[in-house]
Amino acid sequence: MKKTYIAPNIERNYAGNMNKYGAKSVVRHQDNIDGVPIKEIVEQFGSPVLVLSESVIRRRYRRMQDVMQMHYPNIQQAWSYKTNYLGAVCNIYHQEGSIAEVVSGMEYDMARRLGIPGKDIIFNGPGKRAEDLQKAVKEGARIHIDHLDELYLLEKVARELKIIPNVAIRVNMDTGISPQWSRFGFNYENGEALRAIQRLVSGKAMKLSGLHTHIGTFILDAQAYYYAAKALLDLAQKVKDELHVVLDYIDLGGGFASQNTLLGSYTPGEFASPSIDHYAQAIGDAFNESQFVRDHDPQLVLETGRALIDEAGTMISSVIGKKNLPTGERAIILDAGVNTMITAWWYKLKVTPTRPFPGAYQNTVFYGPLCMNIDVVRNAVPFPDLYTGETVLISPAGAYNNTQWMQFIEYRPPVVLITETGKLELLRAREELSDIIEREFIPEHLRNI
Amino acid sequence: MNVNKLQNLAMNDNGFIFDPNTGYSYTANETGILILRKLASGLDKDGVRTAVREIYEVSEDNFNSDFEHYMLMLESLDMIEF
Repeated sequence: MKKTYIAPNIERNYAGNMNKYGAKSVVRHQDNIDGVPIKEIVEQFGSPVLVLSESVIRRRYRRMQDVMQMHYPNIQQAWSYKTNYLGAVCNIYHQEGSIAEVVSGMEYDMARRLGIPGKDIIFNGPGKRAEDLQKAVKEGARIHIDHLDELYLLEKVARELKIIPNVAIRVNMDTGISPQWSRFGFNYENGEALRAIQRLVSGKAMKLSGLHTHIGTFILDAQAYYYAAKALLDLAQKVKDELHVVLDYIDLGGGFASQNTLLGSYTPGEFASPSIDHYAQAIGDAFNESQFVRDHDPQLVLETGRALIDEAGTMISSVIGKKNLPTGERAIILDAGVNTMITAWWYKLKVTPTRPFPGAYQNTVFYGPLCMNIDVVRNAVPFPDLYTGETVLISPAGAYNNTQWMQFIEYRPPVVLITETGKLELLRAREELSDIIEREFIPEHLRNI
Repeated sequence: MNVNKLQNLAMNDNGFIFDPNTGYSYTANETGILILRKLASGLDKDGVRTAVREIYEVSEDNFNSDFEHYMLMLESLDMIEF
């Protein structure tokens, strides 16, 4: 019998060229997720398949809760639905004690479908329609106001329904990071936030219960949260002093970075991203310095999404083919592209082989199956020679993939959960043609060809 | 194709290659070493392909593509000249 062929490769050896972290370009393989062999998952569900780990989800949630409570005990987490709104995923967080944070009427309906009462839903976002607000007011949700027109609309809805809703004002501010997210909420520095609060309180149609901010996404400087918390607590003190309203909670939103590596970042995410402890300390410092906190012990709300779930997700993908590029790099065509791994557009996702390979590696580009030049899952990374049909793991993939993935020329893959007992549970089946055409109509005169 | 420089290389079966003329050393995988040895012994592309396909399971087209790619690598390392 002939030997298995691998493509020829040669590299010049260099001495003393390790980088400052001493990292070697050794490609480690991973043949299982939470003890379940990759082969078994692919045999059962096909390829590509997005796999989520219940143990990792629960572990990261509990760690966040524990670490935050070491610095400030009165904390409530609100699961950010847009990060991953599969019902099973949301329910894991709800079982752990998280309330729901939604940013649209659709997400609001999703939370209600899971049985979350209105009082345990935080309704954020700039696009709330009148019918969304009516439903939220009737069901007692906490509504976070984004702009003045929304404030007027909500006031009108509240008066019509003769219900006083619990609301918060969303505030944007300069916390020293760039870009500054100034498009959401009312500005802190120029006094717009305080003016909006004065207007809200004088209207007497709503109860101002909290203040909210969300300073950005993938914030790599934990100290920014110190400034954000300090600004909101100072504002809360001012609201108490000037308007005699004592707020129940301070919501610092989300934005904590996961261990993913941003595109263009030289340092790997494991080194660049602050740990949960860093964020907790920054927020805890601001709370523990505040007179308002000493007097009133407001609830701290966090809407962390990405940092809780990104590492719990892995995309298993198979090699469709390979080719040699004129640049000298090797190219692999995978069956999962940016249509299912949309985060590849802003992260250097980790690609891991599922079996050990001996010998030297070659710079390899991973493309998806789309007929588009932009379908690059991972740019050149040293990798062993792969064969058609072999699997690789793409990670972290738990956040923002199965909520943002695209319906473009391919059926979207199944999503599977590995439970804490190692059981495989299907959370979303692979799409079929009927899923795509179900809502489509062909007029009578176009039916015959 | 001029492969004279390959004839001076010291190669072992584990993939280590030393070039006494330049002092550079290289690491190649097993097919990489085999092809270098066959080229150094004077075989042309067809001869190398036959030799590789006697040992390894690979289609002619796949091998041709990889061979061209490998030649470009060797040229960029200044080990062969076209």
